[in-house]
Amino acid sequence: MALAESTQEHHEHHEHGEFIAHHFDTPEQQFDSGKLGIWIFLVTEVLFFSGLFVAYTLWRYHHPQIFEQAHVHLDKYLGAANTVVLLFSSLTIAWGVRCAQLGKNQAVAILTLITMVCAAIFIGVKAVEYSHKWDMGILVRSAFTYDGSGHHHEATLPIAKSLGVSDWLIWLSIVPTILLVGFAFLSTFMYLTQKPLWGKFWAGMVVTIGGYFLGAIAGHIYMKVTDGGVGGKHVRAHSEPLVLLAASDEQKHGDDHDHAQDHTAKQKLDRDIGIFFSIYYCMTGLHAIHIIAGIVALSWIFYRSLANHWRPDYFGPVDYVGLYWHLVDLIWIYLFPMLYLID
Amino acid sequence: MATADVRRELFGHAEQTNYLTHSRGFLSWALTLDHKRIGIMYLVGVSAALIIAGIFALMLRAHLYYANGTFADASWGLLQVDNARYNQLFTLHGAIMVFSFIIPSIPAALGNFVLPMMLGAKDVAFPRLNLASFYLWVIGTGFLVAALLTTGLDTGWTFYTPYSIRTSTHVVFATFGAFVLGFSSIFTGINFLVTINTMRPRGMDWFHMPLFLWALYATAIIQVLATPVLGITLLLLIAERVMGIGIFDPDMGGDPVLFQHFFWFYSHPAVYIMILPAMGVISELISVYSQKRIFGYTFIAFSSVAIALLGFLVWGHHMFTSGQSVVMSMIFSAITFSVAIPSAVKVFNWLATLYKGSILLSTPMCYALSFIFLFGIGGLTGLFLGALATDIHLHDTYFVVAHFHYVMVGGTLTALFGGLFHWWPKMFGRMYDDFLGRIGCFLVFLGFNLTFFPQFVMGSRGMPRRYATYDLEFQVFHQWSTIGAFVLGIGIVLSFGVLIYAALYGRKVTGNPFGAASLEWQSSSPPSFHNFDHKPIINDPYDFDSLVYDETLDSFVLREFMDPKQVPERQPVAH
Repeated sequence: MALAESTQEHHEHHEHGEFIAHHFDTPEQQFDSGKLGIWIFLVTEVLFFSGLFVAYTLWRYHHPQIFEQAHVHLDKYLGAANTVVLLFSSLTIAWGVRCAQLGKNQAVAILTLITMVCAAIFIGVKAVEYSHKWDMGILVRSAFTYDGSGHHHEATLPIAKSLGVSDWLIWLSIVPTILLVGFAFLSTFMYLTQKPLWGKFWAGMVVTIGGYFLGAIAGHIYMKVTDGGVGGKHVRAHSEPLVLLAASDEQKHGDDHDHAQDHTAKQKLDRDIGIFFSIYYCMTGLHAIHIIAGIVALSWIFYRSLANHWRPDYFGPVDYVGLYWHLVDLIWIYLFPMLYLID
Repeated sequence: MATADVRRELFGHAEQTNYLTHSRGFLSWALTLDHKRIGIMYLVGVSAALIIAGIFALMLRAHLYYANGTFADASWGLLQVDNARYNQLFTLHGAIMVFSFIIPSIPAALGNFVLPMMLGAKDVAFPRLNLASFYLWVIGTGFLVAALLTTGLDTGWTFYTPYSIRTSTHVVFATFGAFVLGFSSIFTGINFLVTINTMRPRGMDWFHMPLFLWALYATAIIQVLATPVLGITLLLLIAERVMGIGIFDPDMGGDPVLFQHFFWFYSHPAVYIMILPAMGVISELISVYSQKRIFGYTFIAFSSVAIALLGFLVWGHHMFTSGQSVVMSMIFSAITFSVAIPSAVKVFNWLATLYKGSILLSTPMCYALSFIFLFGIGGLTGLFLGALATDIHLHDTYFVVAHFHYVMVGGTLTALFGGLFHWWPKMFGRMYDDFLGRIGCFLVFLGFNLTFFPQFVMGSRGMPRRYATYDLEFQVFHQWSTIGAFVLGIGIVLSFGVLIYAALYGRKVTGNPFGAASLEWQSSSPPSFHNFDHKPIINDPYDFDSLVYDETLDSFVLREFMDPKQVPERQPVAH
C-alpha cells in the first residue's frame, strides 16, 4: 500500500535472467503462465478432435455393420507398431524434460532427436498404409471405388516399378526427399561456414527425415512379407461376408425386387463403407498434421538444447512441447483401438 | 510523503513519451508486442469491418424500402440487387458482422487495451501470441472479403448443409476465413485466461478484480471451449466440399442436422462471447458514473460464469423446427429459460447500483442506460423464442431478426461505444465533446429502436426473414425500419467522428478525469510504454470514496496522497 515499498519492488525485479520476458516479475510466474497456457491449449485441441469423435460415435451407433466390415482393411500390426513407436517417443520426451530440469542440455538434445525420429517413423508407416489403400480405391465416400477384390492398381511411374512400390508412396515421399536433400545441403554449408551449432541442428534434421524413410521401408517390407498385408489373401476371406450380408439383406425385403434394385442396394452398402474411411482419413489425417507440427516444435527444442539454453530455473519450453507431444500420443492411443481393433 | 511533488509525479500530466510516441514508423506498429498498440490496431480493424458490413446493412434496408425491391430493376446496372445478390448481401453482412466485428470487438479491442492495465501488469502473458491473434484476424477477414470480391457467398452466415455443399459460391474461402478467425479468438481467450490467472498483482484476489475482468474471463472460457468445435466443423465442411467425405451430405448417407448441432454447439455460446464483455463494460460504467459501489459484486461476477456455462447447454433451441426429438426440444427449452436468471441478476444489480447514486449523465453513462433498456427488450423477447409453442410461429421471421439485433447491436455495439467513450481519454489522453457525444448516443438509440421495433411487429405478423421482396401489407413497417437504419447509421458515423476529433484535437486530460477507482486510471493518459511509471497502488476498484479531486492537477487522486486537512471525511460505506 505504501509508496516506498511499491517503488522499491519496481526496481528490485530488474535482476531479470536471460530468458525472462520483461512483463514477468519472476521466473516462476513465467513458468506458471506458460504451463497454464499450454494446458488450456491442449483442452482446445481435445475439443478440436471432439467433433470427429462425435461423428465417429454417431456413425458407429447407427451403422455398426459398416464399421465391422470396413475395419478389416486396416492392418492392426502396422497400427500396433506405430502405437509402440509413439509410446516410446513419449518416454524419450518425458525423459528429456527431466534432463532439462537438471540442465543436461546434451541429453535433452539426444532425447529430443530420438523423439523426432520416432515421429518421422510414424509418418513413414502411415504413408505406406495410406498409399496401399489408395491403390485399391479405398478412399473417402465420394471417391470410394473399392470392388472387394483386393485388386491393386499397377505402378506406372518408372521409379515405382523399379522399386516395386506403389505410385502413391513415391508421390508421398517427394516432400521428405526434398527436405532430406535440402537439410543435408544446409548442414554441410553450415559446417563449411564455421557454424557448427547450425550444422549440428540441420544434421539432426537429416536424421529425423531419415526416420520417415526407415518407417516407409520397414512398412513396405512388412507388406511384401505378408502378401500385401491388408488386402492380401488373409483379408480377402474376411471381406466376403460383406457381399453375403448385402445379399441376405435384400432377401429379407421379399422377392418382388428386380435384379437392378438388388444391384444398387449392394452397391450402396459397399459405398457406405466409404463413410468409415472418410472418418478414418479425417481423424488420422488431422492427427498426422499434429505429428508434423510436433516435429516442427520439437526441432525448436532440439536447437535450443544444442545452444545450451536450459537451466534448472528455465526449462519451460521443453515441458510445454513435451505436454503437447503427450497429447498427440494420447489421441493416437484412442484412435488405434477405435479404428483398428473393432472386432 | 504526501507532498505535491509525489502527487504530480504519480497523477499529473505525462511529460515523457507515452505508448503512442514511444517509437515511430509503420514497423513499430506492425511488429509491436505492446498490448495497447495491438488493442488500437484491433480497434481500427473491427471498425473497418463494422463499416463494411454496415454498408451492406444499409443497402439491404434501402432495397427493402419497397415491397418489390428498390433496386430490383435492371436499370440500376451494377447496383442492381436481384434475389441472388440480395442473398449474398445478407450473408456477408451477417458473416462479417459476427466473425470479424462483434466477436473480437470488445474483448480484442477494448479488452486488450484495458485488461493488463486493470491488473497493474505490463502486458498480457503472451504478447507474441497476442500479435499472432491480430494477424490471424487480418488473414481471416481477408478470406471473407475475398469471398465477397470473387463470387460472393449466399449460404447465410450459418453455412447450413446441404445447401453450402451445393452452391456455386465460394464457401471454401469463407469457411476457411471463419476457421482462421476462430483461431484468432482462441488465442485471445488463452491469453486472457492465463493473464488473469497468473498476473494479478499481490493484494488483488479474485473478488477484488473489476467486474470487466470477470466478464472477460467468462468470455475467454467460452472462446477456448467452444471455438475449437467450430474449427473442426468448418474443416469438415471444407473436406465435404473439396473431397466429398459424405458426413453432412444426405445424398451420400450423411446427416445435415449433425452439421447444425456442431455449428450451434459453437455458435450459441458465441452469442455469449458477444454479450458477456458488453455486460462487463456496463458494470464498470454504471458504477463509475454513479460514483457508487457496484451492488451485488459477487452475484454479477458469478452470473457471468453461470451464463458462460449455461450457454453450452442450450444450442438445441436453434433446431426446434429441424426435426430434433420433442424430448430434446423440451430440455433445451427449459435450460434456455434458465439463462434468463443470471441475465436478470445483472440487470437488477445495475439498477440497484443506480439507486441513490450520484449519477453523471455523460456520454458513456447515456450509452450504459440505453444498453439496459435495449438489452432488456432483447433478452425478454428471447423467451418468446425459447418457448416451444411460440417458436413454431415465430421462427425464421423478422421477430428473430429483431431479437438478436436488440442483443447484438442494442447490447454489444452500444456497450462498445460506451466503453470507447469511457476509455478514450485513457487511450489518447484527450477529452471528447460531451454534448455531441450525447447527441450521437441519442441518434443511435432512436435510430436503433426505429429500425428494429417495427421488425418485432411484422415478424409476429408472419414476415419471413431473408426475403428480397415481400407482401405489400408489410411495406409500412419496412419503411419505418429503413428510415431508422439510416438514422442509426448517422448516429454511428457521428459518434465515430466525435471520437476521432477528440483523439486529434480534444482537450488534454490527466490520469484520472472521471474518478474511477480501477488500476488503469492510476497511469498517465495516455499510458507510458510500460503502462505504469510506478507500480500501481492496489485498491478496491469500486471504492470511489478512496479518491478525491485535486484541483491543482485537475485529476482524481488517492486520498492518502492529499493533505489530510483539505480532504473531506470518508463517507460511511453505503450498500
